[in-house]
Amino acid sequence: MTGHEQGALSERSDFQAIAAWVKPDSTVLDLGCGDGVLLRYLRQTRNARGYGIDIDDANVLACVKNGVNVIQSDLERGLAGFDAGSFDCVILSQTLQAVRRTEEIVLDMLRVGREAIVSFPNFGRWDLRLQLALGGRMPVSRELPYQWYNTPNVHLFTIADFESFCAGHGIRVLERIILHHGRRVTTLVNIFGSLAVYRIQKSR
Amino acid sequence: MAPRDTAEPRSVGAVKPQTLHFSEPLKFKSGAVLDQYDLVYETYGSLNAAKSNAVLVCHALNAAHHVAGYYADAPDNVGWWDNMIGPGKPLDTEKFFVVGVNNVGGCFGSTGPKSTNSATGRPYGSSFPVVTVEDWVNAQARLADRLGIESFAAVMGGSLGAMQALQWTISYPDRIRNSVVVAAAPKLSAQNIAFNEVARQAITTDPDFHGGDYYGHGVVPRRGLRLARMIGHITYLSDDAMMEKFGRALRSDSIKFHFDVDFEIESYLRYQGDKFSEYFDANTYLLITRALDYFDPAAAHGDDLSKAFATAKARFLVVSFTSDWRFAPPRSREIVKALLDNRRDVSYAEIDAPHGHDAFLLDDARYHALVRAYFGGVFASL
Repeated sequence: MTGHEQGALSERSDFQAIAAWVKPDSTVLDLGCGDGVLLRYLRQTRNARGYGIDIDDANVLACVKNGVNVIQSDLERGLAGFDAGSFDCVILSQTLQAVRRTEEIVLDMLRVGREAIVSFPNFGRWDLRLQLALGGRMPVSRELPYQWYNTPNVHLFTIADFESFCAGHGIRVLERIILHHGRRVTTLVNIFGSLAVYRIQKSR
Repeated sequence: MAPRDTAEPRSVGAVKPQTLHFSEPLKFKSGAVLDQYDLVYETYGSLNAAKSNAVLVCHALNAAHHVAGYYADAPDNVGWWDNMIGPGKPLDTEKFFVVGVNNVGGCFGSTGPKSTNSATGRPYGSSFPVVTVEDWVNAQARLADRLGIESFAAVMGGSLGAMQALQWTISYPDRIRNSVVVAAAPKLSAQNIAFNEVARQAITTDPDFHGGDYYGHGVVPRRGLRLARMIGHITYLSDDAMMEKFGRALRSDSIKFHFDVDFEIESYLRYQGDKFSEYFDANTYLLITRALDYFDPAAAHGDDLSKAFATAKARFLVVSFTSDWRFAPPRSREIVKALLDNRRDVSYAEIDAPHGHDAFLLDDARYHALVRAYFGGVFASL
């Protein structure tokens, strides 16, 4: 999908946050895994046994080159082939904004994974708000580098939107880390954060 | 004719088949025993000092040990997977020692129904035991023993060949490090078996079949074999590929209101059937289609495919083709699911190719790039 294509590990500041939450030796499913660098990072740092899912031929090839397990499959068709609770952790890294069946995918993640990690660009950041409110143009930023006409992102949303979604769908937020340019943001996160990383679980 | 070396610089060049005789009896799954047998094989590249770079390539229905290169006295006789295997090719013979073998029951030199049974002095014919994928794999393991190969870096195959690559991981989990499974199914569907049955009926009802012992009658059931091949061929191609290649094109200007050849597709099938019936043994065709029917590793585990792979240790590359309706992508996904259940290392690619089941034999850039990348990883971990 989109997220992982955007560059080297150093640019993906959500990786360290994600790795910190993945328990050693756990099983991980990475949805929209791109070239597989997150899975490789999790194997190296957490000894995770991981599988990626991606629909794109070039990404599947890149994963094989990177020595990462990848299953070519369309996320939009859901995770029907995966048993409930069959993974310790299901990850959706900077991809949620690019899927159409957002609701179904998050719920399916929480069915297949004992917990899930979701990261996404925060559309609520102040400079994006200003670009739209004062500039009158659709926002473009480092995290959202596309023009309106070529963006793969079909569902743009804010931190507040996501938390409201969780509350409305019986999803418990276990932890969250909000970042801007790799630095942690702790106050007024929906205004100053550009990248949000959530660890979530189905409420019991 | 110009030598292939110049025409195709990435060919392994002129190759020679070799034969090994095995005198220790081979017990089949059916309980039948083959007291002694020959296996014909070819090798390309060289076995490294650690003997760790061997790759076994398993054949499907109508192929054999001649996988790559050509014969010096028959330069047009090019190996059936020559586009995949050779110096600098996806399975690179400069890195790997590649072995191709004609399976037991075959008709290209390994002991099969048309071979002479030393006990009777006559061809085995109908008395050749029904052979299974497991039996083939056992024979291949003995060949590996004789070649000094303790474990294969990879076993690779397409279609029925892929079933052997799967069976290796179950039968000899410690002797295979990677299994490359292309255009496979974990077992045949009723429709698959139905097509095989029609092909077998075409052969066995041919008056020249003589209950399988036609060798002594100086005939071969050519009409049956020809029909069997025509039926098979239809299942190897997709509707779209057939339409693309032949459409409704006619052999002449107009339809002739007769039952001889009008359409190009008819002419093509007849040609394929005729060609095949000249070199393939009908009994071998029966045996191989039966081996396909009987392949079902889950059967011994309460139809639970995941349990069948519980002892497998290999890493897997599974590849399917979108237009393959014989072994369609969902069949490969069943295999992937079973491997995931066992937390095996597995990658799965679904190649968007229009050619149907035969796509596994064709030179598709995405498919070959993937296999090349996978073998790059295999080589790095030797």
